Amino acid sequence: MDPSVFFFWVFAAITVVGALGVITMRQPLHSALFLLLTFLAVAGLFILQHAEFLAAVQVLVYAGGIMVLFLFTIMLVNVRRQAKEPFVNRRAGIAVLAGFFLFLLVGGVLTGPALVKKGPPADPAALKTTVIENSTARVVVPGNSEAVAWGLYRDYLLPFEVASVFLLVAMIGAVVLGKRSLEKFD
Amino acid sequence: MSESILYYGVIPAIKAVVIVLVMATAAGVLTLFERRLLALLQVRKGPNRVGWEGSLQWVADTFKLLFKEDIVPAKADKVVHYLAPLFIIIPAMTVFAVLPWGPEVSFFGIKTPLYAMDVNIGLLFVLAVTTIGIYGVILAGWSSNSKYSLIGGLRSAAQLISYEVPMGFAVAAIIVMGQTLSLVEIIEAQKRMGLWFIFPGLVAFFLYFVSGVAETNRTPFDLPEAESELVAGFHTEYSGFKWSMFFLSEYANMVTVSAIATTLFFGGWLRPFPNVAFLSFLDFIPPIIWFLLKVSFFMFVYIWFRGTFPRYRFDQLMALGWKFLIPLSLGNIVLVAIAALWGKTGLTVLGTILTIAFAAGIFLAFRVPPKRLTVIEKSRPTEVPA
Repeated sequence: MDPSVFFFWVFAAITVVGALGVITMRQPLHSALFLLLTFLAVAGLFILQHAEFLAAVQVLVYAGGIMVLFLFTIMLVNVRRQAKEPFVNRRAGIAVLAGFFLFLLVGGVLTGPALVKKGPPADPAALKTTVIENSTARVVVPGNSEAVAWGLYRDYLLPFEVASVFLLVAMIGAVVLGKRSLEKFD
Repeated sequence: MSESILYYGVIPAIKAVVIVLVMATAAGVLTLFERRLLALLQVRKGPNRVGWEGSLQWVADTFKLLFKEDIVPAKADKVVHYLAPLFIIIPAMTVFAVLPWGPEVSFFGIKTPLYAMDVNIGLLFVLAVTTIGIYGVILAGWSSNSKYSLIGGLRSAAQLISYEVPMGFAVAAIIVMGQTLSLVEIIEAQKRMGLWFIFPGLVAFFLYFVSGVAETNRTPFDLPEAESELVAGFHTEYSGFKWSMFFLSEYANMVTVSAIATTLFFGGWLRPFPNVAFLSFLDFIPPIIWFLLKVSFFMFVYIWFRGTFPRYRFDQLMALGWKFLIPLSLGNIVLVAIAALWGKTGLTVLGTILTIAFAAGIFLAFRVPPKRLTVIEKSRPTEVPA
């Protein structure tokens, strides 16, 4: 078997096992650790696709930032108390339905015709190229970080800016909500 | 085929083993270095009994740690308690794969560079892998079933996340100067320009090193293990081999921060003023020795800090990170980006201005008599939200 195919299945299996662990563990911290496992395995999948930049950012942002904040909250609010709640809650049916729709959506995007018109390809001369040499062949791979940068800051500049405005709005909303709940205590 | 096995299998494997062995030994030697140097700074003798002037103290300590009983507290989460040291030691060792110790050399007719690999996302790889180390600290604090450990873990989670931001921005300024993420190419860029990035990156270096000291939990930012408040902080409930994993990774992380600082700001394996011809007699010192000298200097600074500064209070730590370092790092990126538009000339001009300003600052600091410090009293928190 081709080694990259072998590693794909290894990482894919770890991703699925980690995701299952997130929803089956009773202790919130154990769930969080399985989520971390999933994030790392997805980073591995990115590397197999030669998306090294995405892989590093995945680890840096999700594993290094967001998950640590999750753990911080878990440690603050619940000090090792086992949850006594039933394993499946009342909204299980709705969750299954939503999951099914997500599955259809992703499947449709992957198999159907392309909905988004692709922008003009990035100027290859502007991309830094890496030359991978081995005994048989010389393969020229465009630098991944540069490719991402051209995509984000030129081809899709407007969607990128709109997304960042959304994030800013969400953050201001969170601050307002957080402040209101503090004022109640005074 | 056999050639590709040699270059993609055997040589990386040898390098990996050598790096791990050298680092494990270096951490031991560094403990001795640190204890003797601290003793010197505090006018006492330090360990001087085992071997010549205490030179074998670290061997004795290693054997003691390996044979100590491994105690797991009652009601500890056993699996997580076991995983925490692994979470901290594996990233600490993995980063060494990309540190550029020296340029290409040849051993027995095989040409190979003195680093395990040069990945194209070099700097991001370093930042990403080192963030995983946070989990070791947090999980150790949580799983031990001890309030000292838990507080240490919580403190470190907040501290490490806060100081990762200015560190990332400081590194971004260097990426703008070198126009690459690869550590090897950053050194090459400094050689091409004949300019160490410390000059245009003076502010970035300050930001990087302060954040680096905070990220490695060293004095004056050693709040996660503040011994006068928290016994030993997050690793209070660890003993024997597991405790030595925390110890080892602390030294490994210090070496990493020093090596990255050397690579980004002090030209890595290059000699001083790499383009000045009349200094070329310095080339008789091999590049790897230059690299090790620079790294050793930063290790010395680490220990010097520990012998000099008192510990920050937690709210001071957060104020320094969020209200001073992060705004400064954002301003620095803008400044460096503007200078980098003019390429080498712009960076040289910026470097000259910053160096003069720095020298003037030092001069003034020694001229002006120190005022009584009143800042600390003002920053005390007035009210604590319920």
